[in-house]
Amino acid sequence: MLYREAGDFKTTYADDAQTFPIAFDRWRYYAILIVAAVIIPLVIDSYWAKSIMVPFLVFSIAAMGLNILTGYCGQVSLGTGGFMAVGAYASYKLMTAFPELNIFFVVLLSGGVTALVGAAFGLPSLRIKGFYLAVATLAAQFFLVWLFNKVPWFFNYSATGQITAPERTVFGIAVTGPSVPAYASYLFCLAFVVLLAWLMRNLTRGKVGRQWMAIRDMDIAAEIIGVHPLKTKLIAFAVSSFYVGVAGALFFSVYLGAAEPTEAFGIQQSFLVLFMIIIGGLGSIFGCFAGAAFMIMLPVLLKNVMAGALGWDTTLATHFEFIIVGGLIIVFLILEPHGLAQLARLMKEKLRLWPFPH
Amino acid sequence: MGVGLLNTIEVILNGLMTGVMYSLVALGFVLIFKASGIFNYAQGVMSLFAALTLVGFQSGQIPFAELINAVFGTDVHHFGFTMPAILATLCALAVMVLFAIIVERLILKHLVNQEPIILFMATIGLAYFLEGFGDMMWGSDIKTMDLGLPQGGSFWFEDVTKTWAAEGSDYWGMYVDVLDVIAASVAICLVIALTLFSQYTKTGRALRAVADDHQAALSVGISLRYIWVVTWAIAGLVALVAGSMWGAKSGVQFSLSLIALKALPVLMLGGFTSIPGAIVGGMMIGVGEKLFEFYVGPMVGGATENWFAYVLALVFLVFRPQGLFGDKIIERV
Repeated sequence: MLYREAGDFKTTYADDAQTFPIAFDRWRYYAILIVAAVIIPLVIDSYWAKSIMVPFLVFSIAAMGLNILTGYCGQVSLGTGGFMAVGAYASYKLMTAFPELNIFFVVLLSGGVTALVGAAFGLPSLRIKGFYLAVATLAAQFFLVWLFNKVPWFFNYSATGQITAPERTVFGIAVTGPSVPAYASYLFCLAFVVLLAWLMRNLTRGKVGRQWMAIRDMDIAAEIIGVHPLKTKLIAFAVSSFYVGVAGALFFSVYLGAAEPTEAFGIQQSFLVLFMIIIGGLGSIFGCFAGAAFMIMLPVLLKNVMAGALGWDTTLATHFEFIIVGGLIIVFLILEPHGLAQLARLMKEKLRLWPFPH
Repeated sequence: MGVGLLNTIEVILNGLMTGVMYSLVALGFVLIFKASGIFNYAQGVMSLFAALTLVGFQSGQIPFAELINAVFGTDVHHFGFTMPAILATLCALAVMVLFAIIVERLILKHLVNQEPIILFMATIGLAYFLEGFGDMMWGSDIKTMDLGLPQGGSFWFEDVTKTWAAEGSDYWGMYVDVLDVIAASVAICLVIALTLFSQYTKTGRALRAVADDHQAALSVGISLRYIWVVTWAIAGLVALVAGSMWGAKSGVQFSLSLIALKALPVLMLGGFTSIPGAIVGGMMIGVGEKLFEFYVGPMVGGATENWFAYVLALVFLVFRPQGLFGDKIIERV
């Protein structure tokens, strides 16, 4: 009864074009923001920050990036792990080369570097389509990881080949390094999530977003009505890689602290992010969050239930995780190809009519 | 002949052998792609699963031993007997046929007429599922496969090639793994058998008809669902052969499914719709990556085999998007 447009009159164009046309949605959105920015930081402890909240936020940024490319522009990429590695190594090089530079700008700049690399690997997308492109992006994945393993300049000639994030502060509070308060790492990631989600929402409903969707739905037809395919695809690759790069930089500097390319940015990360957007919903911002939350919580939940409550071996729990994730992907693709986001959309439609059936 | 030239020949020979192994995996992809238009990402994991099953039967492992032990608190691992290799292979083949039937029933039937990319992602899901399932069924430890095939370098070939080098030069002959030669011969036999099957049997012709045009095939009374089961079963057979060859070479373990990923660039070079393409593409990739590793590898720190195939395919595709032997891609609005 609360959830409807009736009585909410729009008197300006700005009102009419707003993201949440239903008043209830708007209030819910502000409420979630307040909870996320004020209440959670007050109660969060380091277990929740380390194992759930920070990876959730980092991977929702990566999922947003891949969703721009795959969900909105229709180009499937399996190179997400490689691009995350670019972001991570760019942030490491920037942090060590310019110690005075604020970590906030370091992360943004790493995103920029990744955007350039992503656009370079996106160049073939004009000629290669569909799963041919998906396999071609594997080239990026394997080549980049190999590069960061073999060229000592990237890890500053350290003996172990690892990169370790030095301590950096924002407003005098450490956000990277060995001694970070739980709320600081959480809030730092949250700032990026809010910023980038807002940017994505406004990109996708503007001219660029519509061009992406035109290319996704049928690229030849889009070209005929005047969408420049190469430019549009390259923008999609660049923007997507920017997001993924920021995610990679945060993943390394805030979450991991120390990283080694094969382990941290292998092909399994690419699949993890791809699964997030399939389960969450292709072409939906809410889907990125839903998918990331699902894929981050599932292993934690399984581990707690199987290893903790039932006392089973942890390897067995890992096998179950594979089976459940793989099975869910198939079930979602068969029953609801648009993922959790579509379920949420259906629920909203039902809510608008409730309690009347028509 | 000079030592340098002989070394190059050795590298090329070994590359050819590796390439044939890649082609073995790639064959499975081509079969399924031609018959159902599905790009089966799970082919590599199918090889792993088939190899695991083969080893499991051979050594008399109890399936799901870990799970049974965890639920019932027992401590069982083996039945206490071993199977001869032939019987175990037949059993593994039966499992792969069963797998084909289940995949058709539970997945393909529901995804008819979906976009190719959706099907592709569904097979990624299948790959994950099968990986977890295989590990849970047979355990995730590295297993050695012993099919009674000879292994190691061929001394005869080493002695023959030693005489090719100039007198008194410091050359010790070429190293060629006997197992690789056997694998290559098996692959060639498999290709011949598949070609004969698709040319001269009724089912084989039906397969080709479906590959040509689904709807025309349906209208002359060919059951699509039956054909899909047959194709997936054949792909299972190819996976079993590939899995046992790779398994005998480098042990049955998770990395087997990563090796199988290499079949993807092979396919992109050869074209998704061509069986000869899979063979030639495999050899090109095999020789290419071995030569690159031999000449350029030492300069850039080695391990270039990880990515060379993909980058080669990427560069190649930019100039010829349908691959070497693939059908020309025609797009209409």
